[in-house]
Amino acid sequence: MELEKFAYDNTIVKKFAFATIFWGIIGMTVGLLVALQMVFPVLNFNTSFLTFSHIRPLHTNAVIFAFVGNGIFMGVYYSLQRLCKARMFSDVLSSIHYWGWQLIIVSAVLTLPFGFTTGKEYAELEWPIDIAIALIWVVFGWNMFGTILKRRERHLYVAIWFYIATFVTVAVLHIVNSFELPISFLKSYSWYAGVQDALVQWWYGHNAVAFFLTTPYLGLMYYFIPKVSNRPVYSYRLSIIHFWALIFLYIWAGPHHLLYTALPDWAQSLGVVFSVMLIAPSWGGMINGLLTLRGAWDKVREDVTLKFLVVAITAYGMATFEGPMLSLKNVNAIAHFTDWIIAHVHVGALGWNGFLTFGILYWLIPKMFRTELYSKKLANWHFWLGTLGILFYAIPMYWAGFMQSLMWKEFTPEGVLKYPNFLETVTQIMPMYAARSLGGALYLIGFIVMAYNIIKTVKAGSFLANEDAEAAPLPKIYQAHKGEHWHRWIERRPIQFMILSLVLILIGGAIEMIPTFLVKSNIPTISSVKPYTPLELQGRDIYIREGCYTCHSQMIRPFRSETARYGEYSKAGEFVYDHPFQWGSKRTGPDLHREGGKYPDSWHYNHMLDPTSMSPGSIMPSYSWLLDNTLDTTTTPAKIRAMITLGVPYPDGYDKLANKDLAIQSKSIAENLKKDGVETLSNKEIIALISYLQRLGTDIKGENKK
Amino acid sequence: MKFINYLESIADVSIYPMISLFLFFVFFSLLIIYVAKTDKKHIDELSNIPLDKNEK
Repeated sequence: MELEKFAYDNTIVKKFAFATIFWGIIGMTVGLLVALQMVFPVLNFNTSFLTFSHIRPLHTNAVIFAFVGNGIFMGVYYSLQRLCKARMFSDVLSSIHYWGWQLIIVSAVLTLPFGFTTGKEYAELEWPIDIAIALIWVVFGWNMFGTILKRRERHLYVAIWFYIATFVTVAVLHIVNSFELPISFLKSYSWYAGVQDALVQWWYGHNAVAFFLTTPYLGLMYYFIPKVSNRPVYSYRLSIIHFWALIFLYIWAGPHHLLYTALPDWAQSLGVVFSVMLIAPSWGGMINGLLTLRGAWDKVREDVTLKFLVVAITAYGMATFEGPMLSLKNVNAIAHFTDWIIAHVHVGALGWNGFLTFGILYWLIPKMFRTELYSKKLANWHFWLGTLGILFYAIPMYWAGFMQSLMWKEFTPEGVLKYPNFLETVTQIMPMYAARSLGGALYLIGFIVMAYNIIKTVKAGSFLANEDAEAAPLPKIYQAHKGEHWHRWIERRPIQFMILSLVLILIGGAIEMIPTFLVKSNIPTISSVKPYTPLELQGRDIYIREGCYTCHSQMIRPFRSETARYGEYSKAGEFVYDHPFQWGSKRTGPDLHREGGKYPDSWHYNHMLDPTSMSPGSIMPSYSWLLDNTLDTTTTPAKIRAMITLGVPYPDGYDKLANKDLAIQSKSIAENLKKDGVETLSNKEIIALISYLQRLGTDIKGENKK
Repeated sequence: MKFINYLESIADVSIYPMISLFLFFVFFSLLIIYVAKTDKKHIDELSNIPLDKNEK
């Protein structure tokens, strides 16, 4: 048959490769800054947009969507063309995808530090950016399917299956979790409330790990490990089972982020069971990757690329062993809300995503620039700096998490909490926070060494923008083998393949979510729980804007150690008006769900001005601008109307009366402050925040009194 | 669209997990049978796709 001549597009691969390096360094530099802020609070600079709670979301979003995101696209655009023996479907779409994605990242940099956030972790970007993400994601999928459809290779290699599953699942996750009601250009409320919002958010959050940080990288593993080591994957049969089992099981596992919370018990158990089962496909995949190198281990000693890849797969194995363990309720009771989780995600992010990206870059850049790597020695330095960095990061965090959790739970023989002051458990782990910063710094230095090495390589080489290739076109009519199996049929049909994966992931999501939304008995209502007053609602939005959830939970678990410390445990019915929920996932500071009435108003006022004045040794930064900023009450009617649309039972026409009630309540708080010697105008933001904090968790307290 | 709880409870709720368990048991059984039965030559061909020799 006549061979067709065509060329692979390397330019788009190069662009995404440079973007992943650039954003990786930015994202990790911000990470290092937030790590140092926990040791030296002065590094918050008393400026809102550099304060921990504003830039911690920037760090997580930058590393996930900018560093790993661009890394995914680099690897997919390189491998997909070769696996399909076709150039990308459209250079224009590739370009729109590239620039669109970078613009989304820039818009994150321009919004998150300034408090424009939805307050839902890893989905913090506001609604206009959410729409942009959806559109650009569709461009990516369009380009990918276009390429697949004009391919010259009949069968879709397993890597492409992972890419397809990634595309379809991320689209579903993003759209479902981003249902929000805009009230202005950069402010919206989550469509879901409380427990339902939490379930949707962690279904999204967990599967962002699964389908953004894992499946695309597994696809890259299945392409690049055989490519670099020049041998086929250990077992292609295993990879088929790996794929289907992984995408089916992962989607159910989200509720393990909500163990012992107010989420219905059956949903928690479902999450645990599927998380434990996940270990099978995860380790199947890890073993498949590692065993591909059987008989080539001598190469690993010399080839720095392989070293990175081996450590990456090992880190994947460790993280996916740890994950199911952490989802067991008894382990989770210790680990949740502590730095153990931070250690866990960084083994995944630094080890698995980071090292796999580095390995691919060291292999890809010299190849595309038709030269040798500038310095193998520097690459080896990078390897060791990175490996030590991971160890110095993870070990202190495991230690800190364990220690702090045990301190939270320790009782004296008399039966009272041994460390009743939360702060005591924080100051104890400061040395570990310092060591973690060192680990992060080592890893970042290694990254910068790689950037230098790559710049030198790029300068020495000459770029091959269009790589010539030739292959026979596919015959129009395919002669199926007699008695062919259905799975072989699906391996040739990308669209049907996508639909089948979509059905698989929808089943898991639907079975978890529909009952929580439709069945009343899942969220028992509590008659004393009333909607927020207009001032409290404004205060809550300040709480969200300032990112308080990055350090404070609002979820008291039903443990003696928690009810003794914080008060009555949290009930599902208490959150029915919370758009979005603010349960948090990490306690760097104490839980706030029963904060209402615990301290006088003046305590909160002074504490926001200078936390150390009320709690000496506190590492919480000052939020002094709340004392100066005037509360914007022009938004109140729109906010009330939005809440009514979402089903919050304010009386009809209340939007017009709301600001009157707001003024009355703020005046009474200002007078209250005056009694304690604090002079302030009643129209400051701090007044609204105090009203919200004093409301927290009090609905139920009232009921108990009766 | 408001997310109110339309149902007090679901009748015979236990049928849903049983159906899904059954569906996936069948799916994975077929998958394993397929994987075990596929001939080695075909599998070798597939696993060599990334190593295509036409490519430089």
